[in-house]
Amino acid sequence: MRCFLLVVVLTLSFNASAETLRNPAEFSSIENPDIRAAALFQEAAKVFQHARCANCHPAGDRPGQTDEGRPHSPAVIRGEDGFGHPAMRCESCHMEANRAASGVPGAPHWHLAQASMALVGRSPGEICRQIKDPEQNGGRPVGAIVMHVAFDPLIKWAWFPGGDRTPAPGSHQDFVALVHAWIEAGAACPND
Amino acid sequence: MATQIKVNGQTRDVDAPPDTPLLWVLRDELDMTGTKFGCGVASCGACTVHVDGQPVRSCSTYLEDVVGTEITTIEGIDSPAGKAVQKAWRELDVVQCGYCQSGQIMSAATLLTEVPRPTDADIDAAMSGNVCRCATYHRVRAAIHHAAEIMEG
Repeated sequence: MRCFLLVVVLTLSFNASAETLRNPAEFSSIENPDIRAAALFQEAAKVFQHARCANCHPAGDRPGQTDEGRPHSPAVIRGEDGFGHPAMRCESCHMEANRAASGVPGAPHWHLAQASMALVGRSPGEICRQIKDPEQNGGRPVGAIVMHVAFDPLIKWAWFPGGDRTPAPGSHQDFVALVHAWIEAGAACPND
Repeated sequence: MATQIKVNGQTRDVDAPPDTPLLWVLRDELDMTGTKFGCGVASCGACTVHVDGQPVRSCSTYLEDVVGTEITTIEGIDSPAGKAVQKAWRELDVVQCGYCQSGQIMSAATLLTEVPRPTDADIDAAMSGNVCRCATYHRVRAAIHHAAEIMEG
């Protein structure tokens, strides 16, 4: 029986991130909405700064790879539209879903975020201000950000990355709830 | 039930599971062995074929991904860029052991289709996923420039 329980626990934890996300309700005791919003974003930033997200939001023109964010091999480049060089597109290797046969991860419209949306090397406060800025976030009003993180299949992939890749912290549902609560609280940003 | 795919202009019936890598469909089911197995993890480029004109790694592409597409392999590449690349390859004697060269040629043909006069930076960007153990990289680069000249006439 003890062995059975151990197997169940190991199986359930296999695809779960070691890092969790706090529930938005845990922040409800913070009365000041700006401080509450900043705290909510600080928690959501665990996801924004995670390798599953940051690898394709690089500071330069080459994506990262692995949990350590090593430079992508082969040495692919961003290209004009974020989908690579015209003769070496992301979809040359990355299909619509993870591919067990090769171990190559995949999701619909696999590509790099635009350069202004870089996450690598940025603090939670910097990411927050960037995400709110339509000049840098792809022209989205703040309210549209939650739709983007809730429904983009490429973002959802971060919690189901396949192989031995560590999923993004918590669950996708937890992350969307945090972003939604941050916007509801007024979308103030952490200072740093 | 057989799956129909179109390879080099011909419709072929394949009796294989939908998650069979295209590489094994070509080599084992259709006896088209010009496309090579290198690493199996989409890192070396030896298995490169064209799907609707774009290079893909056939080890990472499933049979179900290519239904309704036009697949071109090294056995069937006869586009202007493909012909120029093969001529340049012969004239500059690019090949050493040859194992990676079908993938190199498929990638080079796409590059010249997309960028008729590629710079060295274009060549690096487009060919970085094609590895050669014999290190024929300098000859590959020279042959791509030569193929561009051939295409210009």
